[in-house]
Amino acid sequence: MADSLANRVAVRDRTVVAPATPVRARRSRARLVPLLYTAPALLFYAAFVIAPWLHSLWISFWDWNGIGVATWAGLDNYREILADPALRLSLVHAFGLILFYSVIPICFGLVLAALVANVPWKGMPFVRTVIFLPQILPLVAVGSVWKLFFDDDGPFNALLRAVGLSDLTRAWLGDFTWAYPAVGVVGTWVSTGLCFLLLYSGIGKIDPALYEAARLDGAGAIHEFWHVTVPGLRREMSVAATVTVIAALASFDVVYVMTAGGPGESTLVPGVAIYRLTFTAGQVGTACALAVVLSLLTCAVMFALNRLTREKT
Amino acid sequence: MIRSMTRLSLLAATASVLVPFYAIVAASLQPQDNLSPGLAWPSDPQWHNYVDAWSTGGFADLMRSSLIIALGVVPLALVLATLAGYGLAMMRLAVRGPIFALLMLGLALPYESIVIPLYYDLKSIGLLNTYWAVILPLIGAFMPFGVFWMRSHFESLPPELTEAAEMDGATSRQILRQVLLPTARPALTTLGLLYFMWAWNQFLLALILIQDPAMRTAPSGLGKFIQAYGRNIPLLSAGTIIVIVPVVILYLFFQRHFVKGILSGAIK
Repeated sequence: MADSLANRVAVRDRTVVAPATPVRARRSRARLVPLLYTAPALLFYAAFVIAPWLHSLWISFWDWNGIGVATWAGLDNYREILADPALRLSLVHAFGLILFYSVIPICFGLVLAALVANVPWKGMPFVRTVIFLPQILPLVAVGSVWKLFFDDDGPFNALLRAVGLSDLTRAWLGDFTWAYPAVGVVGTWVSTGLCFLLLYSGIGKIDPALYEAARLDGAGAIHEFWHVTVPGLRREMSVAATVTVIAALASFDVVYVMTAGGPGESTLVPGVAIYRLTFTAGQVGTACALAVVLSLLTCAVMFALNRLTREKT
Repeated sequence: MIRSMTRLSLLAATASVLVPFYAIVAASLQPQDNLSPGLAWPSDPQWHNYVDAWSTGGFADLMRSSLIIALGVVPLALVLATLAGYGLAMMRLAVRGPIFALLMLGLALPYESIVIPLYYDLKSIGLLNTYWAVILPLIGAFMPFGVFWMRSHFESLPPELTEAAEMDGATSRQILRQVLLPTARPALTTLGLLYFMWAWNQFLLALILIQDPAMRTAPSGLGKFIQAYGRNIPLLSAGTIIVIVPVVILYLFFQRHFVKGILSGAIK
């Protein structure tokens, strides 16, 4: 299917040839036409994404405060990322967020989708509308909502007090232990609806004959879930994982608004660290090195997920 | 039994999305000297908080800036993505593979990894602190998704559609304009809405590349607003609602497009 349009254009090139121009020259020109259509988009992409990324790579080899003269630093900035506990921690935090942004939402979504799949309900459109809502909201506003929710005097503590758990109340976002999971929960809140709807639509595409066969073999609901539903959703799960993992590693908005990386460094993520290094610490070289490391790690994870699912199908 | 269980689990999921919103709306209507809003609905709703938040946060300017940036991005990005999607769909050169791979990388690249050099590059050519500082990079960053989106639309069309035109010797430009574009309206609407929403919601690029607070997007303005009025929970809640409402309205009107676009866009 991918080449059908290309082949059709190719056929036309062979049949309609102007007698004046040599066949070969005309054909090679026609072959270049698609490239011309693609060029403007690629130009913008190269100028505002690829070029800045390469520039980031270049800056990462220099010791530069953003204003003064830069001195060559070789790989020093990268060594600093490995040596500096805070920067190392930021990368660990980014990967830890995968649990909140990807693993938990996919598990929730999977169970929910499997439960709901065969029970039609009039209320479903409403549920779908609400559950998808977090996907379209500005993440800053989402962070703001949850910052207020977890505030010392906010609704969450009020809720705990109302059910008699006032011992548990605390300033969640100011707590060295609890700030990180509190920030993570927001990721779960944002991703779960997306994962659920992806998997829900995937279940509809599983061949009903597989379920019938399983039932004829006397399989129970649990057996069906593990042996028909889960394998049948491998593609949707890998898509959900890819999208949410990228979001987890690139998280900035929510953390910046809720805790700005604090207290201490307990919620520091690479995005916030890059911002701090550039605009408050004046270590632009290190910031760019961290940016390079983050993007390479993201691409590596995406590649691994891609490979993982391709091998199995 | 199973039926009621599934409904219950769906309702629980729905409630977990809505509860924080309820809490924030309730908080936004409390008197501004109330520092611990809790969960209760205010006995005397202070609608005036919204007026205060609107003026102290400068949201009129912020909304206008968000709109300018979004409207600056959408038309050009749509045209470029359509052309490139068509180009890729009919391309059979060896560079097709590398172009694909390069665009794929763009889907995974975090904004954090390009925003710092963009800051210095745009500064050196004098575009920092202008709307262009956000519009141009966003168009570039939006290309991978849009190109793949339009390409898969063009490739999903039945071959017969273009064959007749090709027999008549139509040029690729004629085919695109007269045969393919009329079929692309739903795909373009979806893409345009997603582009609009992503541009309107943009935070990081606007925060760093535009220093004038009034020229930033509404979410970036909200970020600053939160830092400035950290303890005034009713005011902050009202400001947050103000930023959320326009996107929610757009979503409710074009829900089908948003859901379909994000779900099937992810799968491609």
